[in-house]
Amino acid sequence: MFYTEAGQFSGHYRADRRLFRLRQDRYALYALLLFAFAVVPAIGSDYWLNAILIPFLVLSLAGLGLNLLTGYAGQLSLGSAAFMAVGAFATYNLALRVPGLPLLVGIALGGVFAAAASVLFGLPSLRIKGFYLLVSTLAAQFFVQWLFTKVSWFSNDSASGVITAPPLRIAGHDLSNPAGRYLLTLGFVVALTLLARNVVKSELGRNWMAVRDMDTAAAVIGIPLARTKLLAFALSGFILGVAGALWAFTYLGTVEPHGFDLSRSFQVLFIIIIGGLGSIAGNFLGAAFIVLLPIGLSLLSGLLPPGVIDAGQLENLQKIVFGLLIIGFLIKEPEGLARLWQQLRERARVWPLRY
Amino acid sequence: MTEISSPLLRLEGISLSFKGVKAISDISFDVARGRITALIGPNGAGKSSLLNVINGVYRPQAGRIVFDGEVRRRMDPHRAAVRGIARTFQNIALFKGMSVLDNVLTGRNLKRRSSWLEQALRIGRAPAEDDAQRRRAEEVIAFLHLQPWRHTLVSKLPYGLQKRVELARALAAEPKLLLLDEPMAGMNAEEKREMSRFVADVNREFGTTVVLIEHDIGVVMNLSDHVVVLDYGRKIGDGPPDEVRRNPEVIAAYLGTRH
Repeated sequence: MFYTEAGQFSGHYRADRRLFRLRQDRYALYALLLFAFAVVPAIGSDYWLNAILIPFLVLSLAGLGLNLLTGYAGQLSLGSAAFMAVGAFATYNLALRVPGLPLLVGIALGGVFAAAASVLFGLPSLRIKGFYLLVSTLAAQFFVQWLFTKVSWFSNDSASGVITAPPLRIAGHDLSNPAGRYLLTLGFVVALTLLARNVVKSELGRNWMAVRDMDTAAAVIGIPLARTKLLAFALSGFILGVAGALWAFTYLGTVEPHGFDLSRSFQVLFIIIIGGLGSIAGNFLGAAFIVLLPIGLSLLSGLLPPGVIDAGQLENLQKIVFGLLIIGFLIKEPEGLARLWQQLRERARVWPLRY
Repeated sequence: MTEISSPLLRLEGISLSFKGVKAISDISFDVARGRITALIGPNGAGKSSLLNVINGVYRPQAGRIVFDGEVRRRMDPHRAAVRGIARTFQNIALFKGMSVLDNVLTGRNLKRRSSWLEQALRIGRAPAEDDAQRRRAEEVIAFLHLQPWRHTLVSKLPYGLQKRVELARALAAEPKLLLLDEPMAGMNAEEKREMSRFVADVNREFGTTVVLIEHDIGVVMNLSDHVVVLDYGRKIGDGPPDEVRRNPEVIAAYLGTRH
């Protein structure tokens, strides 16, 4: 009724290719962007911006990076955090060693370095698939973390290995306050998400899915497998690198290898599995699930009368409940939150009728 | 080089074995331009292997392939696609997670000139090219009567339609040579008739040379101009349908007995 396609025809192929073909989707997107850019920084408390929204956005972006590679191109990877680390350290070192380099350029170049690293560790994908490739990307994870810990040049020879990110300034504006850091993160996330959505709907996106679904048939129809796979590693690496730089610069404010360990890679992988492989919106839903659910659980446990469960047990209990929820959810909906969202939209299209 | 009289495809002494097990031994035949050639024979005769040799999925140990005037010891799949060989598979090899339209569009990937960045940013040559590719894809979709399903995921389509989408994807590449591996397997009589008509239409409308594998001998005799019979990796018959049907060796190996 409110979400109907009736009367919305595409007069040209160009109109049919729009990113959001339905009027309602477009308006909802505009409203969401307006809310995120104008309303949230004004009303959001520092706690919400710092501790919830910024990590949510950065993890969504990291999910997006991995989803292009795994969800669309079908190449398994456990090296997400490694490429995030490359992005973060590259941006840090560029800011340190190239005086006068604008921050935005530094973050983008961090993405380029991560893309190069990703392509390098993606080379085995030309010969191996599936779990074997997973092991090769795992090597990236351990190697990169070792490299940044061992070679102190990367952290400017600081004793602790933990370095403070340089101040965030764009064209003279100080972005170090929570709202500024939030807006910077949001800007990157929105731009890269739109780019990714364009890519997956373009020839390259079709080639990725073709390689994912049936690589022999893809080769037979003339799709260049090596180029297609390596481009997936490159774009995925670029987005992960930018996400890593943002994680260090706008969320933590420090750059350290331990922030990008294997558990971070798993976290990003969980985001796309829970959110939905091969879906753009799924990354945001998955990240929201991963970031918000633990917070919700700890809020809920705060409601329990004191003394029922002792504080030490409580944290473990939260982890158990969190794990159970993930298992239960994946049994119910293996294709992820994006699928549920899609079903909801299908329902809304015909509402109030059933079919 | 491309005169009409020369065969589009010539196989000369092709032999293929897997770890010593002979799949194809010393097979030679010609595929005439603009004709429909059928490969028949009992299961395990080496028919699918032969298609895989023609478009480079398998590499034969001996023999050579002359395609469109170009002599090769072996093909590779990409090279074969560039040279104008498209195919369908015995077990449907569609891209399951994609719509009918997207599957057909993948068939046109070699016709692209714009870079992926132009396409991602929708600048330069990309928009006009996207329109042109879509138009060609729609022509193929219309030709095979697939319009009602263009936005449907192929995994949601019934088997017969999936077979047709696979033909559409191959056809979208505008191939010179179309290899069809059992395009009518598992279909009922109605669907077979429909598919036969599509194959014949493709051949007539676009002049596409077709090599197909088929078990239904009625279909083969009606559809094809030329029949090649394989048995245990050897060629035992080669000629017009009527001649092959009377060949005693063919009757003994395939037509007369049950398998």
